[in-house]
Amino acid sequence: MSEIDTQRRNFLKTSAGAAAVLIAPGFMLFDIAHGKPQGASNKVRWGMLIDTAKCKSGCNDCVTACNRENGLSGGTAATDSQWIRKIELKDISSGREVSLPMMCQHCENPPCVDVCPTNASFKRVDGIVLVDKHRCIGCRYCMMACPYKARSFVHEPLHDQNPDVPRGRGTVESCTLCVHRIDQGGKPACAEACPNNVILFGDLNDADSEIAKKLRSLSSVQIRADLHLNPGVRYQGI
Amino acid sequence: MSYTSPNQSRSPLYNLLLATGLLIVLGSLLAVHEMESQGHIITGMNNQIVWGLPHVFAIFLIVAASGVLNVSSIGSVFNKPAYKARGPLAGLLSIAMLGGGLMVLMLDLGRPDRVIVAATNYNPTSVFAWNVLLYSGMFAAVVVYLWTMMEKRMYPWSKPAGLLVFVWRFVLTTGTGLIFAFLGARQAYGSAILPPMFIILSFAWGLAVFHIVQSSIFAWNGIRQDEYVQKRMRNLMGVFVVSGLYFVVTYHLTNFYFSRQSAFEYFILRDGGIYPQLFWWGYIVIGNLLPLLLIFHPALGKSKSVIGASLAIILGGFAFLYVFIIGGQAFPLDIFHGYAVSSTFGDGEIAAYRPSVYEALLGLGGLGVAFMITAIGIHVLNFVPREIPTKVGHH
Repeated sequence: MSEIDTQRRNFLKTSAGAAAVLIAPGFMLFDIAHGKPQGASNKVRWGMLIDTAKCKSGCNDCVTACNRENGLSGGTAATDSQWIRKIELKDISSGREVSLPMMCQHCENPPCVDVCPTNASFKRVDGIVLVDKHRCIGCRYCMMACPYKARSFVHEPLHDQNPDVPRGRGTVESCTLCVHRIDQGGKPACAEACPNNVILFGDLNDADSEIAKKLRSLSSVQIRADLHLNPGVRYQGI
Repeated sequence: MSYTSPNQSRSPLYNLLLATGLLIVLGSLLAVHEMESQGHIITGMNNQIVWGLPHVFAIFLIVAASGVLNVSSIGSVFNKPAYKARGPLAGLLSIAMLGGGLMVLMLDLGRPDRVIVAATNYNPTSVFAWNVLLYSGMFAAVVVYLWTMMEKRMYPWSKPAGLLVFVWRFVLTTGTGLIFAFLGARQAYGSAILPPMFIILSFAWGLAVFHIVQSSIFAWNGIRQDEYVQKRMRNLMGVFVVSGLYFVVTYHLTNFYFSRQSAFEYFILRDGGIYPQLFWWGYIVIGNLLPLLLIFHPALGKSKSVIGASLAIILGGFAFLYVFIIGGQAFPLDIFHGYAVSSTFGDGEIAAYRPSVYEALLGLGGLGVAFMITAIGIHVLNFVPREIPTKVGHH
């Protein structure tokens, strides 16, 4: 074998080794992060139907579950992140009282995505509205644009994050619909935790799904339907 | 024709002013360092008032940066010699204020280290992304314009360059107004009147800044201003003030007419504590009535009252923006119409905001940068307006 061939062989060997060393951790991390080779499907539109008649005033189980699942502090200061909150409503004219959970409404036409200068706010093909924490520059324009006040800005350095739910100081965040659970075939933590089955989660596009059937047979509303954003979260009883 | 500005500006007072400016800029950088290491928790901003005092400073500077170019436009585009002589100074002020305003906006970001992300990821539906191009293009356009005004062999290009800047700044201020006009879900914003309103306000604010700087330079160099020109510019400023007021009044009146908006108007004009105070005393009295009196009262209108009017217009501008930006966010979003609401996230409540010293330092840093660019610019190049008809008291 000529000297050049040996050199070439050695070079190829070293390169292959180096490439393996470089790529292997990526595969491992992908595995640890429960990554799936196939992306989200555009045939699906994830959504929720919230039955306010069953939602108890003073019950905060959905909020607690969300905080635990996503590693939020649970603080309610004006600078703390709140991805889901309970709102107590009282009809001004009749006095009727309603309690309901409020979170990102995962709009079909999300204003946060329209205004984001860097495309950090984006909508996945299955309808979930997310923030790319690596692209967000923290301008907070999306918080100004959201009609539901669904977004929070991370005002302080973070510790002890949940590896499945990366967050970042100086970036904006909101309900991810527990996308990491959905991608594993699960449902959002709030829906799972609700003791009264207030939150029905499912695929709005699947005519046979429970949520689609209910939306067909019951009267439900979109919050601020006047804005024509077509949110994925619908409410009954208001 | 040469003026004494470069020599005079090397005086101890000039150095002292420059040092003060530098100190203010350093103070703002220190504040930014703290905001970066501790997070925005040390500011008064929160999840309800997401834009605060830094944005008041930044938007004032950017809007005034556009308006001050009126002086250049009247010279180059509409061929008025007195304004032509002032074109270079207006161009310099525009660059200075744009630089100061952008610095504040950039450094207030949650992640200012990612400015390269803003430059490389471009969302075509975002007016913020448009503004990245509009603001940087404005710098370039004004630099070219200055070149055509100050370099003799480029004089023939001065008119087309002036026209470009003229059009560009209209688009730029439209872009600034659109930031708010596009916020359809908020009671305070989401109106097509906002971009033209910002354009008209920019005329008054820009001219007020110009008057103050010009008067300072003239006083510094012992140049007496031509009275006819002063009267014309003073009256023009008065017309701009009245026009701005017209837009602001129209905006509030139309809001009042919609019953869904009237609660917000009562808040901002009557019940909202600091906001109506600032609106009536700050914007209406100091920002409009006082300058109009100083400008149009027959016994007044002299050089000193023009400076007083200009200062009042600037203060009024800040008051207006504080009410517009912060008051606009303080009023709760109407998410469930017809219901009284409460939550742990400020639903149904007036949001509280107390600006911290860090935000104030950052905002002042923007003014500091604008001052430094202006002072150094005047020092190294001849931006002093050439008063053609009468020159008294200059040596």
